[in-house]
Amino acid sequence: MVKYTLKRLLMAVVTLWVIITMTFVLMHAIPGNPFADEKRIQPEIMANLNAKYGLDKPLIEQYGIYMSNLVRGDFGVSLKYQNRTVNSLIAQGFPVSMTLGAAACLIGIGIGILFGIIAGINRGRLPDYAVIILSILGVSVPSFVFASIFQYIFGAKLQWAPVAGWGAPVFLILPTLALGLRMIAYIARMMRTSMLDVLSQDYIKTARAKGLTEGQVIRRHTIRNAITPIITVAGVMVAGTLVGSFVIENIFNIPGMGKYLVNAVKDSDYTVILGMTAFYAMILVAVTFVVDILYVIVDPRVKLD
Amino acid sequence: MKELTQELFLPVGKNPDNANRITRPTTTYFKDAWRRLKQNKIAISSLILLALILLMAIFAPLFSQYDYSSQDMFAVNQWPSAEHWFGTDSLGRDLFVRCWSGAQVSLFIAFVSTMVNVLIGIVYGGISGYFGGRVDMVMMRLVEIIYSVPDLLWVILLMVVMGPGLHTIIIAISITGWGSMARIVRGQVLQLKQSEYVMAARTLGAGGGRIIRKHLIPNTMGPIIIELTFSIPSAIFTEATLSYLSLGVPVPLASWGTLANEGARVLQLMPYQILFPALLLSLTMLGFNLLGDGLRDALDPKLRR
Repeated sequence: MVKYTLKRLLMAVVTLWVIITMTFVLMHAIPGNPFADEKRIQPEIMANLNAKYGLDKPLIEQYGIYMSNLVRGDFGVSLKYQNRTVNSLIAQGFPVSMTLGAAACLIGIGIGILFGIIAGINRGRLPDYAVIILSILGVSVPSFVFASIFQYIFGAKLQWAPVAGWGAPVFLILPTLALGLRMIAYIARMMRTSMLDVLSQDYIKTARAKGLTEGQVIRRHTIRNAITPIITVAGVMVAGTLVGSFVIENIFNIPGMGKYLVNAVKDSDYTVILGMTAFYAMILVAVTFVVDILYVIVDPRVKLD
Repeated sequence: MKELTQELFLPVGKNPDNANRITRPTTTYFKDAWRRLKQNKIAISSLILLALILLMAIFAPLFSQYDYSSQDMFAVNQWPSAEHWFGTDSLGRDLFVRCWSGAQVSLFIAFVSTMVNVLIGIVYGGISGYFGGRVDMVMMRLVEIIYSVPDLLWVILLMVVMGPGLHTIIIAISITGWGSMARIVRGQVLQLKQSEYVMAARTLGAGGGRIIRKHLIPNTMGPIIIELTFSIPSAIFTEATLSYLSLGVPVPLASWGTLANEGARVLQLMPYQILFPALLLSLTMLGFNLLGDGLRDALDPKLRR
């Protein structure tokens, strides 16, 4: 177990390093100087700017400085706005994204698993078909379409919830629904397949043969076994939503990580893009690592190699 | 009762004509799969739906009296009518034509980039599976590392580097989306390398060409086609999301994503402007997803009768 954990940890560090290096190279492969599009800058000022942000140094040295800053927890400064650091953007945006992401995950995973169980138990009957239709719709319809529909119906027409904005719990309702629906669809579909798979196993037959009631068979033997594959998917999903959804945050004008990243892309603020991607990658890799370890604990059949 | 005599019990003897007669017409793998697909009503309706959308995308802009970029200031923001079937937008452009020429753009991007994905995936996965061992491990770890960050983020980063445009979107989606295809091809090749029937074919003296033609292609084609039907909608989705965030195709070019984005801005007053592009986009995604499900059942060699 210790060896497995160490191996996974090493892999996580390598993954993170490769991703950050690739992003660094990409961001420095952009042709031209980041200040070039600003109106006619005198050469002396340009030289000063370059020196201030360390852009006059050779690339490999810039890389060294960036990595050592990163290790110390400094994600860099904005090239476009004075006194704006990536750390401050993360400090503002991450809690917001995390709140929304957590709400969406709670609904998405909870209802998704519940629907999957209901569909699995009632195979070939009405509830099963309802869940199948819902999950196919949820996977096929892009989240920005759902978001617009919700904004129109619940926001503009019925006025049950505010159309966009942030600050009070009511603002959470529509974006959570829009984000959660897709998750419900994915998880319900997976859980249903997993349930059917487990229900056809021999040990379920054994459980029934020894006289357990159907409820006990489902609760003790089916659900517990069927839920393990969900953990892998859910983990990655949680990581993805916690760091923010680019689209949903933009539609509902929510000041989270996703919105800041898209704004940085529109501003061509390379250092912010790089820093936020690095942070994004860190969270994703960390969650994947935790999920890998959890998986072994939950499912003892997983071989440690 | 008839009397049984000795003459009735003569050996039939070996008749070369009888031994060579084929009782059932031979059927190829794909004919068989097609026969099974034809029985699946949902899959066939999706196929017809997709064909209709494709035909409309090709021909509707040709036969309309309007042009996708021509503006008419006397017909701004009109609701759907006999003159403008889907209404007009804030610049008086006919939305019917824009939706279908948007379909052209969206489908073109999706098809081209998916083809490139498939090609890269087959070559990468094929090499990885064929050589196996250390080469395989390094190549697959690399895929794993790249895919620990969602493709959408890579696509956005690449768009920052290359600048917006139709070609850059195709390139960005092409070089980021091949991971799952590579994994599938690698898995198939690895499995095939170890299979007994390939060994049997080798022992009977079959050359590399025959093994590729008779065993490798039929066995990998199924999973590749299934993956294809799922990666086309995901490319459509990526393009739509990019364009929705205004990082996609430049104006006045229309795609389903840009149309939805433009429609979302006037959602509260003129919901028809987002309705039509969103509906077409969702129907296309739905069609591909349902077709993919049907193909998965039809192409499964284990279900072959």
